[in-house]
Amino acid sequence: MEALNLLLHGFAVLLTWKILAMMLVGLVLGIFVGVLPGLGGPNGVAILLPITFTMDPTTAIVMLSCIYWGALFGGAITSILFNIPGEAWSVATTFDGYPMAQQGKAAEALTAAFTSSFIGSLVAVLLITFLAPRIASFALQFGPPEFFAVYLLTFCSFVGLGREAKHKTLISLVLGLLLAAIGMDTVSGRLRMTFGFDPLLRGVNFLVAVIGLFGISEILLTMEERLALRGHAASIKLSVVLKVWKEMPRYWVTLVRSSAIGCWLGITPGGAIAASFMGYNLAKRFAKDPSTFGTGRIEGVFAPETAAHASGTSALLPMLALGIPGSGTAAILLGGLMVWGLNPGPLLFVEHKDFVWGLIASMYLGNVVGLIIVLTTVPIFAAVLRVPFSAVAPMIIVSCAIGAYAIQNAMFDVWLMLLFGVVGYVFKKIGVPLAPFTLALVLGNRSEDAFRLSMIGSAGDMRVFWSNGLVGSITTLALVLLFWPLIGRIVAVVRRPQHTAQA
Amino acid sequence: MAETDTEIAVDDPGAPDDSSPAVTSTRSVELAVYVALLALALLLGFDNWRSGAGWAKDGPQSGYVPFYLCVILGAASLFGLFAVLREPAAPAKTFVTRDQLRRVLQVFVPTFAFVALMQWLGLYVASFLLIAGFMRMVGRIAWWKSVVTALVFVLVMFLTFDIAFDVIMPKGPIEALFGR
Repeated sequence: MEALNLLLHGFAVLLTWKILAMMLVGLVLGIFVGVLPGLGGPNGVAILLPITFTMDPTTAIVMLSCIYWGALFGGAITSILFNIPGEAWSVATTFDGYPMAQQGKAAEALTAAFTSSFIGSLVAVLLITFLAPRIASFALQFGPPEFFAVYLLTFCSFVGLGREAKHKTLISLVLGLLLAAIGMDTVSGRLRMTFGFDPLLRGVNFLVAVIGLFGISEILLTMEERLALRGHAASIKLSVVLKVWKEMPRYWVTLVRSSAIGCWLGITPGGAIAASFMGYNLAKRFAKDPSTFGTGRIEGVFAPETAAHASGTSALLPMLALGIPGSGTAAILLGGLMVWGLNPGPLLFVEHKDFVWGLIASMYLGNVVGLIIVLTTVPIFAAVLRVPFSAVAPMIIVSCAIGAYAIQNAMFDVWLMLLFGVVGYVFKKIGVPLAPFTLALVLGNRSEDAFRLSMIGSAGDMRVFWSNGLVGSITTLALVLLFWPLIGRIVAVVRRPQHTAQA
Repeated sequence: MAETDTEIAVDDPGAPDDSSPAVTSTRSVELAVYVALLALALLLGFDNWRSGAGWAKDGPQSGYVPFYLCVILGAASLFGLFAVLREPAAPAKTFVTRDQLRRVLQVFVPTFAFVALMQWLGLYVASFLLIAGFMRMVGRIAWWKSVVTALVFVLVMFLTFDIAFDVIMPKGPIEALFGR
């Protein structure tokens, strides 16, 4: 097994004191990020990205991905103890997790949440270990038309499969692509949409936008709500952990189902949020007594947590293999890759073996260490919520400003961050999704380059996107997904007369 | 067993009142956003058309892709505009209540001032003022707690970024006194 050898090599890369220490720091910071209101996973990663600029890429990505694992774990703590989801993907965990805490079974619920998170991500990491190298080696044959088709597929699936109003998703996507095009055109060297304003020459930085959209706007939104909270303090004893683990095999069907849902939604741009709800709903539908869900069933904690973690982890698969992130956080990690001078895409597996396998190995190690940390230190992290928001909010704002400034040492970026904060606040309140914007902004230049290179190669003939079986089927699939809601409606219209005729 | 008898409770004295009157409806904000996006699409579309949105000998010109993106953005905004206008007006969904807006401005105004001050005073002094001021004025936390918290946080940030990781932040007159 070649993958296993490479994985062992990855572990060898990891085992230095510096990397292990950074992993630990990343995990602890991540759990904080997950617990604190107004500071999400994508945001925490974006703010902390600047401190990794001086590290080597492997250490940097290991630390950042550990922040992400930590945030995934941390979200469960507040959901269960306080009925406040620290992250959107832990909303479904509150349904049964909080009732369990009210019945005095907080420790069981927390153990169940952490353990199932661990299982979900383990399944996803196994998938990455064995599938990602194959996809990458297959993608090595891709030319610009194939890459453009894959980008198109990503964008179209957002519009076609997203839950939000189609025109809002489209606006978000196109706006991201447009902002990505501001500044120097990489093919012709001409300036675009700068209006003679110098700071725009470098374009709109992706990370600055993310810090504003997710950091500043989240603070504004959080301030709107009543911030009073009341919840349970809990510590986890070893006997409780062992008891839950002994019960766990009984729920293997739920765990397997949620892992599969999570992996699928993680690889396609569905995301951890959709996965956690779907995992919960399916567990409920297939249960013998669905009415007991929501009253504090341990299965209602297993199902969403497994799915959320499987999805959050497998979102890194397309990022590693193709250079296309499966989630907002993966998009930020991708932005990081470019800052560290790595070119995301299938070549990573050939040119940067240490980096890729170090990262994959860190997913195994990070999840094991993360599980141990959260199981032992829950009381400390729960107590973080005692810190009043009026102290946390300005600190988050300062961290955001440091992050935005440090990316290019530009004051203009800090103002831009503030602007994106307001835009994010308004967009979230009128239901314009931000994930397509993020993805479009990070992939904008690469997809446009792929398009233009294909056009140059084919002398302007659009048929290049159907020139062989592979690129043709991806392009067709993309268009089918884009018009999926329309197709569904036509099918419904065609079918309805028959039904009425029968009746 | 979990010790559920020990509870954690935090109150929020300045919380927005649920009965506070609405400042504006979601519908009006949506309309404003679509109009703004339409204007943006026209402006950027014009700029790209000017710089060449057609085909050159060797493929699409630099304005080609963004120009058509502007067309899509404009079309989607128009669609949104008509979709909102066609909806029945009542009952209007509240975008933000007066209390909520007050709270949002309580963070936004100091943040704006912080960014403006950062250019003259440097990041660290501005951060100290923001944190201490916000905790004292908005959070009504004892002034000595506010000052100590702000001081410690700013110091940790300075040691982490400027010293440990060599990420240099903008400085002002006070740092200059210490020769940094």
